[in-house]
Amino acid sequence: MNSLERTERSASSGFTIDFKALGPFLALVGLFILGTAINEAFLSGGNLANIFTRAAFIGIIAVGATFVITAGGIDLSVGSMAAFISGAMIVVMNTLVATLGAGIETVLIGVVLSIVLGVGAGAINGLVSTKGKIEAFIVTLGTMGIYRSLVTYMADGGTLSLDFEVRGVYRPVYYGDVLGIPVPVLVFFAVAVAGYVLLNMTPFGRKCFAIGSNEQVARYSAIHVDRVKTMTYVIQGLCVSLATIIYVPRLGSASSSTGVLWELEAIAAVIIGGTMLKGGYGRIWGTVVGAIMLTTIGNILNLTDAISNYLNGAVQGLIIIVAVFLQRGDWRRKKSK
Amino acid sequence: MKTFTKYLGAACVLGLGLASTTALAADKIKIGVSIPAATHGWAGGLNWHAEQAEKRIEATYPNIDIIVVSANGASEQANDLEDLVSVQNIDALVVLPFESDPLTVPVQQVKQAGKFVTVVDRGLSLPGIEDVYVAGNNPELGRVSGEYIRERLNDEGKIVVLRGIPTTVDTERVDAFVETLDGSKIEILDMKHANWNRDDGYEVMQDFLSRFPKIDAVWAQDDDIALGVIEAVKQADRTDEMFIVGGAGMKDIIKRVMDGDKLTPIDVLYPPAMIATAIDITVMKFTSNAPVEGRYILGATVVTQDNAENFYFPDSPF
Repeated sequence: MNSLERTERSASSGFTIDFKALGPFLALVGLFILGTAINEAFLSGGNLANIFTRAAFIGIIAVGATFVITAGGIDLSVGSMAAFISGAMIVVMNTLVATLGAGIETVLIGVVLSIVLGVGAGAINGLVSTKGKIEAFIVTLGTMGIYRSLVTYMADGGTLSLDFEVRGVYRPVYYGDVLGIPVPVLVFFAVAVAGYVLLNMTPFGRKCFAIGSNEQVARYSAIHVDRVKTMTYVIQGLCVSLATIIYVPRLGSASSSTGVLWELEAIAAVIIGGTMLKGGYGRIWGTVVGAIMLTTIGNILNLTDAISNYLNGAVQGLIIIVAVFLQRGDWRRKKSK
Repeated sequence: MKTFTKYLGAACVLGLGLASTTALAADKIKIGVSIPAATHGWAGGLNWHAEQAEKRIEATYPNIDIIVVSANGASEQANDLEDLVSVQNIDALVVLPFESDPLTVPVQQVKQAGKFVTVVDRGLSLPGIEDVYVAGNNPELGRVSGEYIRERLNDEGKIVVLRGIPTTVDTERVDAFVETLDGSKIEILDMKHANWNRDDGYEVMQDFLSRFPKIDAVWAQDDDIALGVIEAVKQADRTDEMFIVGGAGMKDIIKRVMDGDKLTPIDVLYPPAMIATAIDITVMKFTSNAPVEGRYILGATVVTQDNAENFYFPDSPF
């Protein structure tokens, strides 16, 4: 499969259009046309801003997931991790109000805490799976349960709410904009560019591809497999913390239902974007488009009452499968062989 | 052989321990309380109120022992019920079933073991099992909300509805609500599921706002959804255009009502504190000679600025 993959890539790098790379974009354009046809409000500036802002959470997390999956791993803990980090941020910031007051300092400490927790949690996932020689699926399934319980415990089963004064200071991080572009969208874009550079233009990125293709060969080629794999989980953790930093000011609350199923949405975004679930090949821009597509489907379903509410999940599932089918493109090549 | 004797010893010690605890507590009346674990806000409130009731009742009646257990799913709850009967040897059971159908038979078995049974909120699928039934009133919640919106809008206007998770509870509320609006000139622009979740409430409302240029009122049906809706409306800067009616009695919303927030003029109760009502009624069975068998349906009380203080529990997690 890997040799096939390589020949395909070399073939498509010539004059022919690379359908695999274009596929997700075409699917997104199709969705946008569908959305406009269903309701003209779809193309309004406000609605588009909503879509991109919403896509930012899953999108930022999915950029991290692209690294993990490219290197042949998987991280199921991201949704719970996001909930746990949100909860910890809120608790710490609320406590700090008494001593530091509800100022920028309080928010900054919350942000730093988020990054420390995210990187730490990622490192734990990475080290336990590589050094402990346990499948990442099991390790992150375990940490998923742990973080979810921790946030429930911190909230006493209820909801943690951020102090209202701090909320006022922190609010622009989600609701603010620069030149009309919402802050979360800018963060999303910056994360995507950084991810693209790291994955496609550095030795680290090439090592991720190599490990995902064949871990044994990578090991024999003097790649520090454990170190690189652990780094992918650290990047994932960092992405989760960035997503959390812009998530908390939105509703200023965290509960046990925060971030439920985000891990599956992130993985879906990555796969829709053309990254291989079994590793060895990853595409950041595809992931970005995948995340936007997932959000757009939900948005379109909210803009119409033509489809029964009970069937929303079915429509989403169908569109995801069709999108991946179209961009895989293997069926086209097999016929020509 | 050695390990066998070790196990035997352990079993003996364990058995002795169990025997002694049962002997000590034999003269106490034991009431088992089985509820869903605190996996979402409302259930969190449920657990909190159950614990509060336990402390309060055990302080008042030294001869009553309340045992609260929480389960993460229907089958786990069925195991809990078996344990309460066989290990704890309870005299009465207060149960809020995770789901009606799968727990009907397990609760029936508790009843057949001769225990006094109180069922809360979600009724069983077979009639005549429980001695007492305590519940909030879902159709009433829909009706009361509908009436308030009719009155405020003078029978005319455009509204949107955010629904919960597709279940009987949601359907009962929405059906009663729609029925109440019949005959008025109030138009329901659309109804979408927001799954009793803040994030979903926020996103669905954002989409309603970009879709409909004029909205007079929002029926969010639930306070978690309402909190998401509030943020979406604020973000769109349309707070003066509409008002929001939630439901349940979450402290954040009750606080807003108490403070006279124009966006949330009222809240309709569907309180998790109903578990305390159920425990108290069950305790009465053992502490008084008043007849308590029957059905106890809580009203869907409307919380307004005038009475909000009575329903505000700042320490509750919900």
